[in-house]
Amino acid sequence: MSTLLEVDDLRVNFPTRTGLVQAVRGVSFSLGRERLGIVGESGSGKSQTGRAIMGLTPPQAEVKAKKLAFDGIDLLAAPARQRRALRGKRIAMILQDPKYSLDPVMSIGRQIVETLRTHEKVGKAEARDRALAMLEAVQIRDPARVFDLHPHEVSGGMGQRAMIAMMLIAGPEMMIADEPTSALDVTVQLDVLGILDKLVSERGMGLIFISHDLRLVSSFCDRVIVMYAGKVVEQLKASELRDAQHPYTRGLLNCMPRIGFERHPLPVLDRKPEWAA
Amino acid sequence: MNAALSIDGLEVVFDRFRALKGVSLEVKSGDSFGLVGESGSGKSTLLKAIAGLVPAASGSIAVNGKTLGTRRDKAFYREVQMVFQDPYGSLHPRQTVDRLLQEPLAIHGFADGEKRIQRALDEVGLGTGFRFRYAHQLSGGQRQRVAIARALILEPSILLLDEPTSALDASVQAEVLNLLEEIRRRRKLTFLMVSHDLAIVTHMCERLMVMQNGEAVENLTASQLIGHRVTKDYTRNLLRASEGFVRTA
Amino acid sequence: MSAEAIQSRRDWLLSDRPASRMQARLGRAYVAWRRFSANRLAFVGLLIIIGLLVVAAFADVLAPYSPTIGDLKGSRLLAPSAAHWFGTDDLGRDIYSRIIYGSRWTLYVVILVAIIAAPIGLLVGTVAGYAGGWTDAILMRITDIFLAFPKLILALAFVAALGPGIENAVLAIAITSWPPYARIARAETLTVRNSDYIKAVQLMGASPFRIVLRHIMPLCISSLIIRVTLDMAGIILTAAGLGFLGLGAQPPLPEWGTMIASGRRFVLDQWWVAGAPGFAILIVSLGFNLLGDGLRDALDPRSGEQ
Ligand SMILES: Nc1ncnc2c1ncn2[C@@H]1O[C@H](COP(=O)(O)OP(=O)(O)OP(=O)(O)O)[C@@H](O)[C@H]1O
Ligand SMILES: Nc1ncnc2c1ncn2[C@@H]1O[C@H](COP(=O)(O)OP(=O)(O)OP(=O)(O)O)[C@@H](O)[C@H]1O
Ligand SMILES: [Mg+2]
Ligand SMILES: [Mg+2]
Repeated sequence: MSTLLEVDDLRVNFPTRTGLVQAVRGVSFSLGRERLGIVGESGSGKSQTGRAIMGLTPPQAEVKAKKLAFDGIDLLAAPARQRRALRGKRIAMILQDPKYSLDPVMSIGRQIVETLRTHEKVGKAEARDRALAMLEAVQIRDPARVFDLHPHEVSGGMGQRAMIAMMLIAGPEMMIADEPTSALDVTVQLDVLGILDKLVSERGMGLIFISHDLRLVSSFCDRVIVMYAGKVVEQLKASELRDAQHPYTRGLLNCMPRIGFERHPLPVLDRKPEWAA
Repeated sequence: MNAALSIDGLEVVFDRFRALKGVSLEVKSGDSFGLVGESGSGKSTLLKAIAGLVPAASGSIAVNGKTLGTRRDKAFYREVQMVFQDPYGSLHPRQTVDRLLQEPLAIHGFADGEKRIQRALDEVGLGTGFRFRYAHQLSGGQRQRVAIARALILEPSILLLDEPTSALDASVQAEVLNLLEEIRRRRKLTFLMVSHDLAIVTHMCERLMVMQNGEAVENLTASQLIGHRVTKDYTRNLLRASEGFVRTA
Repeated sequence: MSAEAIQSRRDWLLSDRPASRMQARLGRAYVAWRRFSANRLAFVGLLIIIGLLVVAAFADVLAPYSPTIGDLKGSRLLAPSAAHWFGTDDLGRDIYSRIIYGSRWTLYVVILVAIIAAPIGLLVGTVAGYAGGWTDAILMRITDIFLAFPKLILALAFVAALGPGIENAVLAIAITSWPPYARIARAETLTVRNSDYIKAVQLMGASPFRIVLRHIMPLCISSLIIRVTLDMAGIILTAAGLGFLGLGAQPPLPEWGTMIASGRRFVLDQWWVAGAPGFAILIVSLGFNLLGDGLRDALDPRSGEQ
């Protein structure tokens, strides 16, 4: 399997008023044309890892890595113009917060059309058709109506799917999906995962799937990285997630409610300082 | 007569689009009632219609036996409060936690504000250390706790919860769910809770309603759902989908 | 103060768990100040504006001569010298003294315009944006009508109707400068009015009036302050323009625009008569512009908070 992305010893630091915040502390992995899951609790650095790869880290942060290469292109050395060209066209990222990432005063359809037209030379009518087709592909009922709605007029799940449609429309080779399905109901969630899955198996896209739903990740991905406090604590095959060894991974699995298992109150994580070492 | 909330034939229309097509439902006082269903099926719209944030085209809503008109009065907001889905969007970016909690007290003219704020923060497990922070100084779970404290400060009897944990990670989700359960027990609250996670709904609720495309599909008890004793295909699909992703190829 | 005391005070201000309302507010102001003062040019702008304030406050002390009574016999149109730093004008008045007193009128115009125009714009914009529908349509059409005319022409028309004089000039400028503020406030309101945090306040039972006043306006104010500061230069120039056309301040008032107007007759031979007030306008406008840019970086709600 050819390697799309190589990450070696990635570090993201935020100099803040109260000292240095080390959001990502030496993360290494490589990605082929496969589905790689990143799980971990809130603040463990999942999104910052994805953003660093995309080049979307806030300007005040510093990003360092021994190696950060996409398809042989050294991302850290690449000029800003080249990275911009990669972004959206060859690498896409579904951002975590659709409500914040969509423009509140522009209709959903127009946002998708504009995204398409910045990457490809297509006519207005064709762009509209493709945007509608994309909305339909992400299982939105009545895409023509949703096309003209503004972000506050769609449901949480529809906003999230609009965001997915926007990212898929340029046909990227690598996709970073940051909690892409957290606001979707389970059936639509599976439909969306089905789309991503097809892109991986048929078009050979590389997918990084960031999520805190361990159950979903274990059934959907090929490999899983478990992160805690900016570090990778465990890397395993998705199918083996259920027999994970690390107490943190086990704790995360354990605190999710399960159908048919009554536990009141739910167990919560008891964090140990040595996990972060 | 102990229905905390009874809704009959509720319709909501947005420019000719029928988001709710005659939904009826009854929640007993002290119960916890779940709403599950397809994305875009009108779950949030149902909660917003109850709260008066979107107008109902027809149908009736009664809270504690009193039928509501089109305008909600102040007394209504002391009975019914809501917690939103997105903890990052539901707190004012320029106000401290203290200011956020003071606002409802000021609107309703409470004199013992100091004590109530103190108590509300304690109740959701945030010490006074958080009282003068801004939203951007809080984590997702802490924000959701503040949102819950804000909803509780007027001492409502009914709490509308719109996916209160879907933006939170598994461990924080467990903390918030435990908190909600404990508060419900202590204050004898009635919950109407939207979630797309069947496991959460069966964990939190005794009864639930499945919705699709603006309509109620079926009404179930949690144990019926757990035992897969469901009658409609859509509900069966939901149950199957909750088991995780299955690769078809 | 010892280094330690300064350090502990700074920690107190920057604490991420403030213990009182006051501390939270001061901490926030301090962060904005740090961001502002990290910008050199903005700091220069601030110094210029502070200089203007000081000069205006101590004009009596700083000015060596009377601004209105000149020596017609001995000192008409003298070139800059040790006795008259910026020379004298055709009535033998010391230009340096006139410029110093003129700073008061400049401040007077700028502050009054800001006090009148910014609140009108803020109110119209937020109400239109929040209410939507008919209210929005009507208010915005009115705004558009004002925007359709060039500012100076509209101000000219108002002064012509109200009669010349500095008060009327201020009024005319204020009336013509609120529409852009209304636009900004409305745009900002539109982006926040559907947010969950505004819905949450509605759910507390707050009246629309309270929501606009206490929850929406505070979000618009920083972009407005920035815009007003950046507009200050324009206001000064419009006031000067009106003065130049004889419709603003009336002689012998030492207003900078009026001074340029009366100096234009000698601009080729005695350049300092018009040049000195022109230079003063340039410096002060530049100061406001630099300050505005700095404020934009320091106050922008989108930078560094999320
Ligand atoms: N602008 C910033 N300044 C300082 N620290 C930051 C900034 N942005 C992020 N961080 C820190 O970086 C760490 C990692 O954040 P990140 O967003 O990657 O978490 P995450 O794993 O995606 O969590 P979640 O599941 O909540 O999305 C956090 O501890 C956060 O506080
Ligand atoms: N203000 C509005 N204007 C127009 N249509 C709206 C508006 N608000 C909601 N809708 C429509 O109503 C339908 C139901 O939306 P709602 O938010 O209730 O869905 P939901 O069941 O909560 O879905 P999710 O699980 O994705 O949050 C959607 O099709 C949405 O587009
Ligand atoms: Mg994240
Ligand atoms: Mg919803």
